[in-house]
Parts: sequence; structure tokens; C-alpha cells
Amino acid sequence: MSSEHISNDSTAGIQPAVALSEVVRHFGRFAAVRGVTANFVPGRLYVVLGENGAGKSTLLRMMAGLLQPTRGTIRILGETDIRSMAPRMGYMGHAPLLYDELDAMENLRYFAGLYSIHDDRACAAAIERVGLDPGLKRRVGQYSQGMRQRASLARAILHNPELILLDEPFSNVDVRSAHAMARLLGAMRDEGKTVFVVTHQAAVVEPVADESIVMHTGRLVAREHGIPHSLLSPYSQPSEVRR
Amino acid sequence: MSVWGVTQRTLWKDLRLEWRSKDAINSMLFFALLVVVIFSFAFDPTAEESRQIAGGLIWVAFLFAAVVALNQTWARELRNQVLDAYRVSPAPATALFMAKALGNFLFVVVLEALMAPLFVVFYNLRSVGPVYQLLIVGALGTWALVVNGTFFAAMSIRTRSREIMLPLMLFPISIPALLAMVDATTSILTGSASPAFWIRLLAIYDLVFTTVCLSLFETVLNAE
Repeated sequence: MSSEHISNDSTAGIQPAVALSEVVRHFGRFAAVRGVTANFVPGRLYVVLGENGAGKSTLLRMMAGLLQPTRGTIRILGETDIRSMAPRMGYMGHAPLLYDELDAMENLRYFAGLYSIHDDRACAAAIERVGLDPGLKRRVGQYSQGMRQRASLARAILHNPELILLDEPFSNVDVRSAHAMARLLGAMRDEGKTVFVVTHQAAVVEPVADESIVMHTGRLVAREHGIPHSLLSPYSQPSEVRR
Repeated sequence: MSVWGVTQRTLWKDLRLEWRSKDAINSMLFFALLVVVIFSFAFDPTAEESRQIAGGLIWVAFLFAAVVALNQTWARELRNQVLDAYRVSPAPATALFMAKALGNFLFVVVLEALMAPLFVVFYNLRSVGPVYQLLIVGALGTWALVVNGTFFAAMSIRTRSREIMLPLMLFPISIPALLAMVDATTSILTGSASPAFWIRLLAIYDLVFTTVCLSLFETVLNAE
């Protein structure tokens, strides 16, 4: 990991890619996210860690504009109107967000149209970038889970977004493909994009991670440069790094 | 991209999905066919009686069959949570609604085109009034069903029993349109009165509910 990606001192005065201020999210009486305040500078790869139910996915969905915070403010690329930032954001959910009855190219062609991209070469490039064959005529429903995840990543990055939000991108992906995906995320970070990765597989993304954010019961309990050794095991407890 | 551009692209995608899965059209067809056959066993009308009751039978059959298709509309967007991919894109919500409503309109029109000859045969129907008026009533009536149906299906997608919720919301609000469709169809088939009033009512109903649905759809789409 290069040092320019981990120095907080060099980030003073830079407009944050994501700024969270006292963000709270309730589902009924259950508080999924409890008063998270943090700034995230652009051009870094952030790994969001924490046990199930810690509020990671909820936080990511709020950043993507899919959920509204109950209280607090989220500023994306300097704007509180997240919807207006949609062309500059890419989101990959826990589910593939693709139509099973279409092949990868057909799926991407449709979603490219939503971003006013009408050039098939952009779709083919995104598919190739994640290691799939754009000429493959097999429907996504017949893909392996790993291929679906990669096609889903291709959909999230096809419009060349500045901010990329990924929820469990490595789940059910074989080790080699997961490392290839992590290298791709690192390359996108090196191009100046800001990447958030929610994962339980910290070891996969550790070589390219700039910062880890640890959540526990809806709170942001730690921020570390890189990923602490204690969190590289998927069974580590967040309390091990809590300050 | 323009609203119409996204609408066309989404409509084309939905037609392709339906062509490959045939989820909506198959279930609609079998359902409507069952209704026609069951009604033909239940009643044994003369030609004149058929003209009196056919308007009601036809539209009730199409309404029930349309509900089957309307439930499928959003089901394929929920599979793999594809709707989230649309919601995080800059594409306008109204384009999604228009594409879904137009898609449902086409599916129901195909159903009507396939079922109409069966109604003619089973109920020995002959129209006394001009047939082109039936086409106008068919188009306006079908749009009335699908525009509200698409909207209420979207409202019910996050409820646990959405298959039940859709008819519970759709049928009451469709009563004025259903009344106009049935009376207009009966007027044309029997030639007893001019259907002009009912056609105008249907057109106004369509205009009002299309406007309301388009205005409110973004709120429905992003409701949590």
C-alpha cells in the first residue's frame, strides 16, 4: 500500500467525497445506524468491517440514496441532494441487481442507457474489466455466483463513477477471482476514484485497502490505516480494535 | 437521456423479458380462458341475452386476467433487487412507470385480441352498433385498468401479501371505469343507446388517473 493513500495530514482542506454528520437510521424502534459522523477524502479505498447487523449495509444504502437517514446529513461529492449525484456514483448491492433472463451485455446495455451511454464499447469494456467475456450469450440466471458478482460489478462501474459503493462484492466468489476483483478496485482507486467496500473478507481486500472503518451495533467504533491484523480473520471481534 | 428514451428502452427490455419468460401472458391467457369457459357453462343465453350481459362478462374477465399480469410487472424488478439499480441511476421515475404501464397495456391488448374471438363463438355475439366504437372503448378501458393497476402494483410490492393487496386497492378505484366500459360495450353491442357519454367518461378517467399516477409515482418508488 503506497503511503500517499494513508496520510491523513495530506488531506486537510480537501473536500470530502463523503461527509456524514450525526447520521441516524431507525427501522421502527430498532436503530440500525446511531449517530455516525465522519469525513472520507476522495481517491481512497475504504473497507467497512463489522459483524452482521452492525449497520454497514444500511450506511452504504443511505450513501447510495436508497434509504433516507432518520436524522443527520449525508453529503456526497459536496452535495446533500444525493439524487443529483447519481451519475457520479456506482452501487453494487448484496443481490446482483441484474435481470436473470438477459445476458451480461444485454443487462449492461440497458443500464448504460439509463446513464445516457449508447456506445456498446463502454459495456464491453466494463465486462472485460471484471474478467468476463462480453460475447458470452449465456443468460445471467445461468451464471455461477462468482460470475454474477463480477457482472454486477461491471454494471456498477460501467459509467465510470467517481464514487463506488460495493456491498459484499466477494461473497461466493472463488479466491482467485476475488483477488482479481480486489486488484481492479485498487486500480480504480489509483485512477482517483473513491471506493467503499463492505465485506467480511478483509484479507482479500487488504493489499489495496487504504483505511478500514469498523462498525459495531450501528456505531463507527474505529478507523484504521489499512486493515489491522486482528481484523483480517473473518471471525475477529470489532472490540479487538475499538479505541 | 430523455424520459421518452428511457421509456422506450425500458419497454423494449420488458418485452424481451416477457418474450423469454412468458410469465405474464401465459398466466393471463389461461386465467381468461378459464373464466370464459366457466361463464359459458354457468349461463346459456340466447343471442339477445348475450348482447345484454357480454359487456359485463368480457370486462370482468379482462380485469381479473389483467391483475395476474400486473402482479408480474414488478415481481421481476424485485428478483435480484434490480429495482435498486434503477433507483440509483439518474433515470427519471416517470419513465419507468410509463414503460411498465405501456408494457401492461400491450400484454392486455394481446390477451383481448386472442380472447375476443372466443367470446364471439361462446356467446354467439354480433354487434348491432359500429365495431370501431368497441375498439375505442377497448383501448380506453384497457388503459384505465393498466394505469391504475401498474401504480397500485408498485405500491403493494413491499407488502407481504401483495397478490391480495393489488385487487383490494385496484377494484374499488376501477369501479367508475368499469361501469363506463360495461355500459359503453353493452350500448354498442345492443345498439340501444349512444356510448358517447361513457366514452367521454372513460377518456376523462384515463386523463385524470394517468396524471395522478405520474405525479405520485416517484414518491411510491422511493417509499421505504
